[in-house]
Amino acid sequence: MSYLSERPTKPVVGETIPHESSALHVTGKALYTDDLVGRTKDVLHAYPVRVDQAHAKVTRLDTSQALTVPGVVRVLTGDDVPGVNDAGVHHDEPLFPTEVMYFGHAVAWVLGETLEAARLGSAAVKVDFEPLPSLVRVTEAIEAGSYQGAQPTVARGNVDEGLDRSEHVFTGTFEFAGQEHFYLETQAALAQVDENGQIFIQSSTQHPTETQDIVSHVLGLPAHCVTVQCLRMGGGFGGKEMQPHGYAAIAALGATLTGRPVRLRLNRTQDLTMCGKRHGFHAEWRVGFSSDGYLEALDATLTADGGWSIDLSEPVLARALCHIDNAYWIPDVRVHGRIAKTNKTSQTAFRGFGGPQGMLVLEDILGRCAPLLGIDPAELRRRNFYTEGQETPYGMPVRHPDRLETAWSQVLSSGDISRRQADISAFNAAHEDTKRAIAITPVKFGISFNLTAFNQGGALVLVYKDGSVLINHGGTEMGQGLHTKMMQVAATTLGVPLSTVRLAPTRTDKVPNASATAASSGTDLNGGAVKNACDQIRERLTVVAAGRLGVPAHDVRFEQGNVIGLGTDEQMTWEELINIAYFQRIQLSASGFYRTEGLHWDATTMKGTPFKYFAYGVAATEVEVDGFTGAYRTRRVDIVHDVGDSLSPLIDLGQIEGGFVQGAGWLTLEDLRWDDRDGPTRGRLSTQAASTYKLPSFSEMPEVFNVELLDKAHEEGAVYGSKAVGEPPLMLAFSVREALRQAAAAFGPEGTSIDLASPATPEAVYWAIEQARDARADGHLTQGFPGEVPAQPGPDARPMLANAERGQYGVPSGV
Amino acid sequence: MTEAATALDVTVNGQAREFTDAAHTNLLDWLRSEGLTGAKEGCAEGECGACSVLVARPDSDGDTTRWTALNACLVPAAAFAGQEIITAEGLGSPEALHPVQQEMAVRGGSQCGYCTPGFVCSMAAEYYRPGRTACGPEAVDEPEHGANGFDLHSLSGNLCRCTGYRPIRDAAYALGDVPDDDPLGARCNGPAPAASPTSYEADGRRFVRPATLTEALTVLRDNPDAVPVAGCTDWGVDVNIKSARADLVIGLDRLPELRGIEETETYVELGAALTLSEIEQRLDGRIPLLDQLFPQFASRLIRNGATIGGNLGTGSPIGDTPPALLALDAELVLVGLDGTRVVPLADYFTGYRQTVRAPGELIQSVRIPLPLAGITAFHKIAKRRFDDISSVAIGYAFDVADGVVRKARIGLGGVAATPLRATAVEAALEGKPWTADTVRAAAALLQEEGTPMDDHRASSKYRRAMLGTSLRKIYAESTAKEGVA
Repeated sequence: MSYLSERPTKPVVGETIPHESSALHVTGKALYTDDLVGRTKDVLHAYPVRVDQAHAKVTRLDTSQALTVPGVVRVLTGDDVPGVNDAGVHHDEPLFPTEVMYFGHAVAWVLGETLEAARLGSAAVKVDFEPLPSLVRVTEAIEAGSYQGAQPTVARGNVDEGLDRSEHVFTGTFEFAGQEHFYLETQAALAQVDENGQIFIQSSTQHPTETQDIVSHVLGLPAHCVTVQCLRMGGGFGGKEMQPHGYAAIAALGATLTGRPVRLRLNRTQDLTMCGKRHGFHAEWRVGFSSDGYLEALDATLTADGGWSIDLSEPVLARALCHIDNAYWIPDVRVHGRIAKTNKTSQTAFRGFGGPQGMLVLEDILGRCAPLLGIDPAELRRRNFYTEGQETPYGMPVRHPDRLETAWSQVLSSGDISRRQADISAFNAAHEDTKRAIAITPVKFGISFNLTAFNQGGALVLVYKDGSVLINHGGTEMGQGLHTKMMQVAATTLGVPLSTVRLAPTRTDKVPNASATAASSGTDLNGGAVKNACDQIRERLTVVAAGRLGVPAHDVRFEQGNVIGLGTDEQMTWEELINIAYFQRIQLSASGFYRTEGLHWDATTMKGTPFKYFAYGVAATEVEVDGFTGAYRTRRVDIVHDVGDSLSPLIDLGQIEGGFVQGAGWLTLEDLRWDDRDGPTRGRLSTQAASTYKLPSFSEMPEVFNVELLDKAHEEGAVYGSKAVGEPPLMLAFSVREALRQAAAAFGPEGTSIDLASPATPEAVYWAIEQARDARADGHLTQGFPGEVPAQPGPDARPMLANAERGQYGVPSGV
Repeated sequence: MTEAATALDVTVNGQAREFTDAAHTNLLDWLRSEGLTGAKEGCAEGECGACSVLVARPDSDGDTTRWTALNACLVPAAAFAGQEIITAEGLGSPEALHPVQQEMAVRGGSQCGYCTPGFVCSMAAEYYRPGRTACGPEAVDEPEHGANGFDLHSLSGNLCRCTGYRPIRDAAYALGDVPDDDPLGARCNGPAPAASPTSYEADGRRFVRPATLTEALTVLRDNPDAVPVAGCTDWGVDVNIKSARADLVIGLDRLPELRGIEETETYVELGAALTLSEIEQRLDGRIPLLDQLFPQFASRLIRNGATIGGNLGTGSPIGDTPPALLALDAELVLVGLDGTRVVPLADYFTGYRQTVRAPGELIQSVRIPLPLAGITAFHKIAKRRFDDISSVAIGYAFDVADGVVRKARIGLGGVAATPLRATAVEAALEGKPWTADTVRAAAALLQEEGTPMDDHRASSKYRRAMLGTSLRKIYAESTAKEGVA
């Protein structure tokens, strides 16, 4: 057992405790960025000037009328930017654009004494433009050859040979929708400037360091002039990894120019129509199976709909390519990826970060092909699981593949699946207009940032003279319980009760150069760093305690606020020891650091070991579908998920359940619709409100929802033996989609292959049922080698650059 | 009219506060400007419930109080003069959590916490609901009903993006009975604050709550551009999303003349300013078709605000009451300063958001003729089961005697610029045997009704298909009930 993963006796990690802020949440006392406005004097409010064109050139911007509106203080335009006019890191995201790239793109911002004044001022700004041709659908971009960024390929073996030796070859396409984050708290920033020109920004951001970087380069200031703080977020899900920076920069620019605090909060309509979302994808594929249903070869081209700028599309695509295998061994693979450039919001990180999209392609293939192979879909999946000694297509050994099989068996037995399958057969035979089905699907998800450099974390731990402990770390809290776990880690390492530890809000002047709280890595990275800082302090204290207790240093134990010497009755309290240490002039603070060991990734060849480990999970879902309408209910869900040795079981359970329901939302309910007709509203997001973009509500919660953590799941080399949990459970929701497919198929003859749209809304399920009833559902696949060859890279396609996840990262050119 | 006030008193968490902001300021923005930032804006249109607060409203007997959860983002703060409001901050503190807060906190009911104060308020309203009692020791939790009497639909207007809802459900189902010494529980035993006649003005814009119907009609006559509001569930969206700023808003929701329920030999009459929740409570199952409608109409939060008159007054083609009321052959009583007139609902809608209601007229009540038909149903086609807007909504009322359809009424929403009756289909059914063949032929006709459109909710093809399958479904259900194959 590694030092990092080993737990002391009586650890605080592993205890079932509620979220550290739960009492503040339920009483309305927890503060979010925009709650600070009323506590700040003389705040100005920012409101965008937007152009309702999918694509247009701005020919004139006249702000004079706006300045006559009572309460309008200033209009911010590109001329006001002292540094770089860019909200991103690739210099393709002008903060104040002269070319409108998507419907509702903001070209200027109005500052007002009230939000109402700023809104009226915005309406008074005159913008002239020349419309330009636009691309809205991903298929339009493919036809036009409109791509951006790299076009990488993950490959192993020889796909043509693999397909040639396959007994069954199928070819198909699949276009599926993205997803709106719909964090309940919209994007928000509040910027102030102090007497010395120091900018202080409170921002709802998953990546304070990058917010700091972008503000710095917009203002043309070195990073030490800008401090970013995030108290907490009202949800992030990846939507606050890149998107907050520009809004923070607008607020900071306004504060710099007016000397007054500036607040920028998007309302829901603005947030929905201005911020990036999960990428929708288009996939073309050929797949080969052996006569007994083993995957032999996969040839696919995935096109991510990137929207108007590159944003995080390259690493999202990389993760999609690295997850198309999901849990399955495929000998010969060639997966090519590209990013469409369209006139839509700049699509971005979203829980799973391309992984779900890659995995969905293969799960869809398995769901469509199983009936044609004559193999039960559950059996087809299980048969193809990775086994010990096999590698992923990008060359990483798959460690612990037995956990897939263990979790699968456990779900089969705890979910009583075989009896329920029999019940369902009987139910379906007795009901003409209602059908049920159970589907079971696995998840294997790689943990770490693909880009090795991001896999580092920092912390600052302070012990005060009275023994109380204050911890700072570089991660942000968005509801995932990171802060709770960090407090548990600190209490465990220092051997003190949880009540001794307090956590300070995330700030860039406490912990510099932090990575985004993303890629499920918050606990691994920051937990490693917090533990490292606490280890340093404890080691110093051990020497002090050994002297006092008269035992060798290695016989000193820190437990629950007491310091004990083995083999002696002597002990002292933590507070006594701290007091002694202070008078001995022992340093009682430490900055901690952690870097994930053993990672290697060559972005150019798309080969290496980009992940520290894989998280595994299995879900079985039963649905009931109404044949009259296509409406459905989720009757029961059984999940076994691998979180290593859980640091905080209640928190982990919440991540699994919440991720599952969010994934089910993406796959079944949440329906992003963009107006792709020619006309004045071309490019407009039609579902731009909570009334038209429907999130899962109580009616989507599974009626019976059983979640178990996988036993004996200790993870070597991760903090206290735990595993990341943020993203992987989202993909357990494939079981809902596959159950809907199987239930729709049950309306038709045995062996009906169903093409199910994604999201599988009631309407989509209804059309799938109609296909099944007419037994005309087989036209969506073609069979036979060679099939349609997926589009291959053109001559101008370039591979991923080594630092592809961040263009000219961290080089503010205004300095 | 008397001089307009420039300040109004509102009691929040037991403390008197003064409202002096713009007349269009919604309750949420005002509470937040007062430093009560627990309630949040999540959507600004009454869909997410993050802004939910409790308001002391008269219970149906008039002598007691019911804590009623409302979306604070949808209602003008000026409408709350003299009223009592409780926010999450007023329910408990971190040191002394309210039972609802306690259960939510310890069971993992909050993750990011942003939606949580709203959930807490909606849950508290159900906690205090008169008649919510444990169903005995043998009671068990059902999917949408707790053994403690908790109705999960009371939370259908609150969205959480983090938890997946299971721990919130468990928190709700773990709540006990309200102890006798609970101050908010005890508050329910006394009457709720009466509605204060209000005339408020700020920056030249006014909110008026008349004391009588005659006064309301007079103000409306004198100010033809005034916006009459009853539940404000549309007003709030117009103000928040479309930036509508009316010079004068007239609050009708507490006018006693519009809040009666009367049953005669020949009809049931529902006052236009009754909320959907109030009608549901007071009818108590009297009209089965409406009982099918209520849970599908919208969330409890919306039904606590939205009035039946408001739903008809806006003239929306996708309002959910018209298809049901058309099937029930309902009539509207319209009232003006010159008196009242009765209009069949089938003649009320004249075009997209156009009706026969004349300027200066208000809807006074809705009359539902008796006796009621034997077979009734309300089918709502939407993406989400709880709290969604209809793609198509269909109300049915059939009298079938001796296997023959004697009378058929079918109301449709979402298939044309107005709600409409499917008169051709009704004619095709009446006098025919209630058989699968009749239904199949009628369903084919029903599919051709209206001119459904393609939009983000559904395709026109699906809407048409749903018209047909809906009739087949009600037939399947009615025959299943009778045990006929």
